[in-house]
Amino acid sequence: MSGQLLDHLANNLPALQIAVPLLSAAVCMVLRRGRTAWVLAMLVAWSSFASACVIFNRVVQHGAISYAEGGWRAPWGIELRIDLLNALVLLVVTAICAIVLTASPRSLDQEIWQENHSKFYALYLLCMTGLAGMTVTGDAFNIFVFLEISSLSSYALIAQGTTRRALTSSIQYLVMGTIGGTFILLGIGMIYMVTGTLNIADMAVQLAAVGPNRTVLVALAFICIGTGIKLAVFPLHIWLPNAYTYAPAIVTAFLAATSTKVAYYVLVRFLFSIFGAPLAFGALRLDAVLMPLAIAAMFAGSFVAIFQDNIKRMLAYSSIAQIGYMVLGLSLVSVTGLTGGLVHLFNHALMKSGLFLVMAAVLLRTGSVRLEAMAGLGRRMPWTMAAFVVAGLSMIGVPLTVGFVSKWYLVMGAIQAGLWPVAVLILLSSLLALIYIWRVVEVAYFRQPPDDAPEIEEAPFSMLGPIWVLAGATVFFGIFTSLSVGAASAAARMLLGVGQ
Amino acid sequence: MSVQSAVGLAVLLPLAGIFLIGLFGRWPNLRETATLVTGFSLFTVIAGVILPAVQAGARPRLDLLEVLPGLDLAFEVEPLGMLFALVASGLWIVTTLYSIGYMRGHHEENQTRFYICFALAISGALGVAFAANVFTLFVFYEAITLSTYPLVTHHGTEAAKKAGRVYLGILMGTSIVFFLFALVWTYLAAGTTEFRPGGILAGRVEGWHLVVLLALYAFGTGKAALMPFHRWLPAAMVAPTPVSALLHAVAVVKAGVFTVLKIIVYIFGIDLLTTTGASRWLTWVAAFTILAASIIALTKDNLKARLAYSTVSQLSYIVLGGALATSAGVVGGGMHIAMHAMGKITLFFCAGAIMVGAHKTEISEMDGLGRRMPFTFLAFLLGSLSVIGLPPMGGSWSKWYLILGTVEADQLAMMGVLMVSSLLSIGYLMPVVGRAFFRPLPEDDGHDHNPAGGIHEAPFLCVLPPVLTGIGCVVAFFYAENIYELLMGIVAP
Repeated sequence: MSGQLLDHLANNLPALQIAVPLLSAAVCMVLRRGRTAWVLAMLVAWSSFASACVIFNRVVQHGAISYAEGGWRAPWGIELRIDLLNALVLLVVTAICAIVLTASPRSLDQEIWQENHSKFYALYLLCMTGLAGMTVTGDAFNIFVFLEISSLSSYALIAQGTTRRALTSSIQYLVMGTIGGTFILLGIGMIYMVTGTLNIADMAVQLAAVGPNRTVLVALAFICIGTGIKLAVFPLHIWLPNAYTYAPAIVTAFLAATSTKVAYYVLVRFLFSIFGAPLAFGALRLDAVLMPLAIAAMFAGSFVAIFQDNIKRMLAYSSIAQIGYMVLGLSLVSVTGLTGGLVHLFNHALMKSGLFLVMAAVLLRTGSVRLEAMAGLGRRMPWTMAAFVVAGLSMIGVPLTVGFVSKWYLVMGAIQAGLWPVAVLILLSSLLALIYIWRVVEVAYFRQPPDDAPEIEEAPFSMLGPIWVLAGATVFFGIFTSLSVGAASAAARMLLGVGQ
Repeated sequence: MSVQSAVGLAVLLPLAGIFLIGLFGRWPNLRETATLVTGFSLFTVIAGVILPAVQAGARPRLDLLEVLPGLDLAFEVEPLGMLFALVASGLWIVTTLYSIGYMRGHHEENQTRFYICFALAISGALGVAFAANVFTLFVFYEAITLSTYPLVTHHGTEAAKKAGRVYLGILMGTSIVFFLFALVWTYLAAGTTEFRPGGILAGRVEGWHLVVLLALYAFGTGKAALMPFHRWLPAAMVAPTPVSALLHAVAVVKAGVFTVLKIIVYIFGIDLLTTTGASRWLTWVAAFTILAASIIALTKDNLKARLAYSTVSQLSYIVLGGALATSAGVVGGGMHIAMHAMGKITLFFCAGAIMVGAHKTEISEMDGLGRRMPFTFLAFLLGSLSVIGLPPMGGSWSKWYLILGTVEADQLAMMGVLMVSSLLSIGYLMPVVGRAFFRPLPEDDGHDHNPAGGIHEAPFLCVLPPVLTGIGCVVAFFYAENIYELLMGIVAP
């Protein structure tokens, strides 16, 4: 009996990924006490992560899962479809959601009014619903719907920042994000016009039959621009630095590791699953556009990061550069390159959320995220700063960290494609990472704090724990790569239609 | 204990030592005993268990795990790595003794961190020595860079910070841009990065590609200090002297030239380089570095700076030995790793002892010190003679084989370079000894009530190590045959 029940539950996991956070968000709204809302959110986030693990395991063992919502068969009904690609993304997103949420209470006490806490958690869960929804759905229009859910809630989350600049940043993101969303909607509309379907798998079949006519190409271009804005592809990134800088520290850690990653997933899904590589990179030569932009992002992002005195802003610019790596990976249109892009999605989520959580801890103790505030932290917050060093080394790409794994695949992909200069550029750009990370390390370890600086304690364990889980993960997955690389390369093969 | 587990143990022992050092951080005597015990047990494992097996022709191998498809973390001990490991671990013990004297005599701070990073660096050096493939070597190579960074910046001053920037920038930069590139290239061309006798690139990389790949490796190994990527080494001299002695005369720099040598022998293969002539240009770069660095050394008045440039010059002997791509050249290069280590560590020990005992760092201030510090300067003389390459010093043998190598390779110009370099090294080392013994102590100049009165030998633990290694230089002359026989395993497996 209970076995049956479990089985039933297991079969409905994809739908629960969306339904549970959505409903709990509503419950959070009515809860008075912030801590109660947090406990509920924790419960939801961690069980989402657990169910993502189960789903991932199933997909690895038995292949793609298809779930018909309300029992209506695809392509008429709405389908949730999870293959290796989105199983991996779902795993990353839910993991980061849960870990960041665990670290949140102390940071929230500092940055957000007590009475807004339960609303904050409601928004957080809503955003998570949107992100998970975009990831698991097999329906193109649903992608748009969930995109809007996650976007609207993230505008509100960013606006919670303590300074008034948070409001303008939020508006800036709102304007850009809405333009992006509109582009995506128009793109999807055009494909619908041509194919008469909204189901992703069905779209792919129909589009292959239609071939590259003008409407299809325009749709492709629209979707690229739309997701490009959400993904913050250079030069569509202008919303990102402000949003990351002025949002509450927890929100930054959360969004930096999930929102752009899901946007990347959507781009990959549209390019490789729906339009197909021959259309996107053969008929339209998107690679010729994306690759130079990716390289420009790698250098511009890292270069600007070097000159930032606000470390959150520095990390935001670094994100733009890292997104460049991911886009470069897909623009190589090879199994190795795409593996590099996808594995970097996984790796960058770990590193960046770790680094931003460190900034949350620093903000909690020093009240500032400026470079000067880091003086002497190497001694006063040794564990926090050690985590910064570990995750920072990973950003540079030191071997036995995840950053090395990404770089390995990207360089290999570039050389295999005969693009030697690109391989050199990838390596050169990681030197820029060395510079901006080491700037912080030097100040933290070698500069004495001013004499009138208040005494500072190490970060509370509730933050150190999650920080070290993430920092540890950057090393763990840099040594034991079978999960991340295995799933990413299998997904890349599937997307490019190459046999095992 | 099986030889295989001994290999793993050798890399892990210093890490275990770190734990003890950290644990006893508050009690200096216990802490330093822990370091010494670790050093001794490490040397016992390497010399007592692994060495006999390698001498008997075995190649003990330990596979740890596969990080990425075709990229394994694995150890395999061959003669060259064996020699490097012996040198690094053996001299670690002597250096630890010296550190105790120096760090206390000089009242240094953060000594626990110092000993921890030191042990980490040794662990990295052993990992490099035993690496079974280029990937493993790269991992430990970077580990050495990172663990020695806090040692270079030990004093935390503005100068130390600047030096640290140069240090990390050059070493990390070259390794990421050149070395990693070469690693990926090798992997794509050969499908593996394993070190194999005879190399793995024959028939896989051809023509000018070979030249480029070799350049990527040679310059990518910043620790080999080939010009123009040598600046980090003089910069690193801001570190406490034990660091300069063991790391920047032995472990770190030798890890660099060892890497170059090992890649030439086991990745390219001597035969491939001889038939294609792909390494000919490297002999010229090495020759230029040898001469240019010697000439710069002549101009330096700061003793440690002079020794640093001397090291840059001597390191290129080893690169030259590899680039000649003959068996005598490789054996000479390999032997020079040991011989130069012994000689140069002596010189640095002496420089530190002079600093502790007489508070002098400039050569021009060392007039007459020899009478006050006879042991220190006698040891300095022995070390100098070995670095110059005069018998009966160990250094003469490695130079002998290197010169044989130039004859075998039919590159007589290089023989000339080695000769001139010997003359230059007489020029920059002998004046130090000459001043100390043959010039009088400066007269009282009125500023200091008794300038010479406070000068005496440094503490016992600062003087014993250079005397030991100085004598070691002489002993090495008589036991060079053993090293030669060990190294012949590389060229005639």
